[in-house]
Amino acid sequence: MATLTVALMDPPYETPATTTAFRIIDSALQKGHSVNVFAYEGAVNLAMAGQAPHANPVKGTTAEEEDHPTTKDWVASLFTTYPGKVQWINCGLCADERGANDAVPGPVRGSPKEFVEWINASDQTLVIPAK
Amino acid sequence: MGKYLLIESRDPFDSADVRNSYELAQGLADDANEVTVFLVQNAVLPARKASSASGQVQDLASKATVLADDFSLRERGITGDELVKGVTSAEIGTVVDLSLEDGRKVIWH
Repeated sequence: MATLTVALMDPPYETPATTTAFRIIDSALQKGHSVNVFAYEGAVNLAMAGQAPHANPVKGTTAEEEDHPTTKDWVASLFTTYPGKVQWINCGLCADERGANDAVPGPVRGSPKEFVEWINASDQTLVIPAK
Repeated sequence: MGKYLLIESRDPFDSADVRNSYELAQGLADDANEVTVFLVQNAVLPARKASSASGQVQDLASKATVLADDFSLRERGITGDELVKGVTSAEIGTVVDLSLEDGRKVIWH
């Protein structure tokens, strides 16, 4: 089994690249590989614990009826579904700038130094830049 | 001979530099490299025969392997018979398998 490192930069609810990234990460984990995720810039908000689903006043539906997914749930589910196979680092400076240190369980603070170490130790690194 | 996976996520009508990405893939293929282009998100749109950019994708497919993400196709209501010759539907796990091949370089655009 191999190790894939993925760098994310887009904030949540912004671009379809986030969905694609999670699909790639999930697929790699399903195949038994290990995955490292380095969340940089706005991607540190993906794991913010304070995210909450909302109602849709235009359609008159409740939050429960809307059943919106949140990226914090996606991040958390990686750790519960694939224990021991995922590492997630939020860029510390990026998190401080954005007040995004209240992450769900799993992600830890780090720096580009750890990202470079992951690159050197991984079988492949996929960088998904912001548009 | 090198191996490349170019992941294209953009529609050429949204980003003019998609043409550069196609040219990079074709240039690498011309230099006898093994090149796969994986179209995802709005990058699947020009792979439709009905798109006026489909000729560029068909040219690309004549030199490189061109795959279109099945999820992105389904989201946009695009069926397999609407795709230009040489483009085939593939699941996201293909990106994982190709990425983890020895020596393959991966570029996201």
